[in-house]
Amino acid sequence: MEGISLEHFLIVGLLVFALGLYTVLTRKNAIGILMGVELILNAANINYIAFARYGGASIDGQVFAIFVIMLAAAEAAIGLAIVLGIYQNFDSIDVEATDSLRY
Amino acid sequence: MEITTVSYLRWIPLLPLLGAAVNGLGGSVIQKRFGKNAISAIAVTPVVLAFLIAVRGFLQLKGLDPEHRFLLDDVWRWIDIGTLKADVAFWLDPLSCVMILVITGIGGLIHIYSTGYMHEDEAYWRFFAYLNLFTFAMLTLVLGDSLLLMFVGWEGVGLCSFALIGFWWTEQINTTAGNKAFIVNRVGDFGFILGIFLIFWSLDAAGHGSVVFRDIQHHAVSLEGRTIWGLPVVVLATLFFFVGATGKSAQIPLYVWLPDAMQGPTPVSALIHAATMVTAGVYMIARLNFLYAMAPETLAVVAGIGAATAFFAATIGLVQNDIKRVLAYSTVSQLGYMFVAMGVGAYAAGVFHLVTHAFFKACLFLGSGSVIHGMSGEQDMRKMGGLKDKMPTTFWTFLVATLALTGTPLTSGFFSKDEILWKAFSSPYGSATLWIIGVCGAGMTACYMFRQVFMTFFGETRADHHVVHHIHESPGSMTMPLVILAIGSILVGYLGVPEFLGGGNRFEAWLEPVFASGHEMAAHASHEAGLEWTLMLISVAVAATGFLIAYVLYYRHAASPDAIAEVAGGVPYRVLYNKYYVDELYWAVFIRGTLLLSRILAWFDGAIVDGIVNGVASLTVAISWLDGLFDNRVIDGLVNLLADFTYNVGSRMRRMQTGNINAYLYVIVGTVTLVLLARLF
Repeated sequence: MEGISLEHFLIVGLLVFALGLYTVLTRKNAIGILMGVELILNAANINYIAFARYGGASIDGQVFAIFVIMLAAAEAAIGLAIVLGIYQNFDSIDVEATDSLRY
Repeated sequence: MEITTVSYLRWIPLLPLLGAAVNGLGGSVIQKRFGKNAISAIAVTPVVLAFLIAVRGFLQLKGLDPEHRFLLDDVWRWIDIGTLKADVAFWLDPLSCVMILVITGIGGLIHIYSTGYMHEDEAYWRFFAYLNLFTFAMLTLVLGDSLLLMFVGWEGVGLCSFALIGFWWTEQINTTAGNKAFIVNRVGDFGFILGIFLIFWSLDAAGHGSVVFRDIQHHAVSLEGRTIWGLPVVVLATLFFFVGATGKSAQIPLYVWLPDAMQGPTPVSALIHAATMVTAGVYMIARLNFLYAMAPETLAVVAGIGAATAFFAATIGLVQNDIKRVLAYSTVSQLGYMFVAMGVGAYAAGVFHLVTHAFFKACLFLGSGSVIHGMSGEQDMRKMGGLKDKMPTTFWTFLVATLALTGTPLTSGFFSKDEILWKAFSSPYGSATLWIIGVCGAGMTACYMFRQVFMTFFGETRADHHVVHHIHESPGSMTMPLVILAIGSILVGYLGVPEFLGGGNRFEAWLEPVFASGHEMAAHASHEAGLEWTLMLISVAVAATGFLIAYVLYYRHAASPDAIAEVAGGVPYRVLYNKYYVDELYWAVFIRGTLLLSRILAWFDGAIVDGIVNGVASLTVAISWLDGLFDNRVIDGLVNLLADFTYNVGSRMRRMQTGNINAYLYVIVGTVTLVLLARLF
């Protein structure tokens, strides 16, 4: 572990975040977007853990990461339910097709 | 003065009111369910009870010291505004005691008579409700201890008189007569009100404002020397009161309603238009004698008007053919005598004549009612005659009352009328002229009354024979009051036999405490028995002459009345027959005048007032139109502009809502990035 410092973790986190963001912004598939959101959440988890490991004696970061994982699970369940609903109404999960709330 | 307080006086007016309320509110039901006898019982009982209470009051009064004969029943404080304080309080003194005995006594008899006379009438209950209400109002008028309470009764009797004159309202002529009585009376009532105002106002200015008789009397001195518009207040106020009296008591110039009032049922004529209500004016002047004593000018007017009325009404009475109209003019004439008595300060004599007149005139009216009843409603004396044998009781009582009215010696009318004539001659306010007019009137009274007796009861009957067939004596309920009243017509006179005839004149002594001021005047009068005898004999002789003329013309038929009517081209006869054309004159002056004034006012209203109103309206419409224009163009324009602006902005802005989630995310990420960049640099 000597060769790996905080910066490495942060860089990994940043990469994961950027990939997630890119996925969210570019995907037309709703499930793809949900996957991007998972990446973003996990990027945040990486940061939490890293700061907790290098930052101090407390385990606040780890606890927070567990919360976020739990939250992500819940969010995925609800998100998938919404996507199923969308599919039933629009026969598609393409986010560009679901524009009935447009102006 | 010492006043004895009692609490039973209130029942004297209240009992008849109770009867009126029961019969007036539930009469139609009671009549249907229990019959007319129940109505009679409800109506007659309160009046009889009131009479008994009045007798009790009389006895208590009699037991008191003559100087302190005052009973007061203060029921409740009625008005309390500033210095104006009036109670519903009943006041019994010798004067009001005489009046309530007459009202409840004779009133009771007339109630009983009515049960027979009105028996066939469908609206039996309504008649008795009115009659009881009248009795209540009249008793309030008499017993009220203040001008205001007297005025309540004064208006009440006027209302009941109106209702009873027009009792048979299906005939236009009856309702017109009722209206006439009411309207003419209002003229008088207005005078009465002004009198009350003036008295209260003047007393108030002196710090003694009151409408209660005993207070007014107590403070009357403070009115001395007070003037308004340069006239002494007392003279003006007493004149106003006298105007009220001329209306209610049918004196010139307001007597015109009384003859027409004979359209009402005959018991009403007897009770209201002969015995009680029409004497209210006399009573009022007697009640206010202390004021009149301070105003000799008014007394002269009262005596003059009284004498003129006594004379002219008698002349009209000479030629009338309606049995009740003759009696009506006779009533007007007799009331004139009472006012002569008031005018010369002989209050006791006037009230005495009031009482005796109540008896014999009620008897005459009830007798005429009995005749009309027997004649199936006929009132024209030319179609009567020969009723003497068919209606003996009616005839004898009518004859007795006629004798009393004409002043035949030893009857009540003789004592009372002679007393008035003597006072008219001997009082400081009296004069030989008054006496001569009075004696002439007495002569004519004898003439027209015996003309009536001869035309009605003597000779051959001139009625249609199917009417003749029905002629019958009236039932006991009608003849019994006649007999009682006829006996009274003789006996009541002996209460007031003048001193020079050996009587103590107990009537005058009884009233003396009330008329202290008048008594003083009378005391100045000379009491020459010889002169009094002479004058009395002259007046009896004149009355006898009147009787002889009637006897010759209408019994012996020695000369044809028609031939006499044609004297001087028939002009005097027609003038009298048409009652001096006074009704026509009033029609031309007052009714036409009022109509003309109304038309002028209507034109003024239509042309000028309406013009102004319409002009203002048009102006308002024009201003509103301009205002509307401003609202529509300017205000609405601004509002619409704002709305349009908002709408346009909104419709442009909504294009930002693309519905594409990626687009939103781009915006969010872009914005966050921009914020972060802004923070960094």
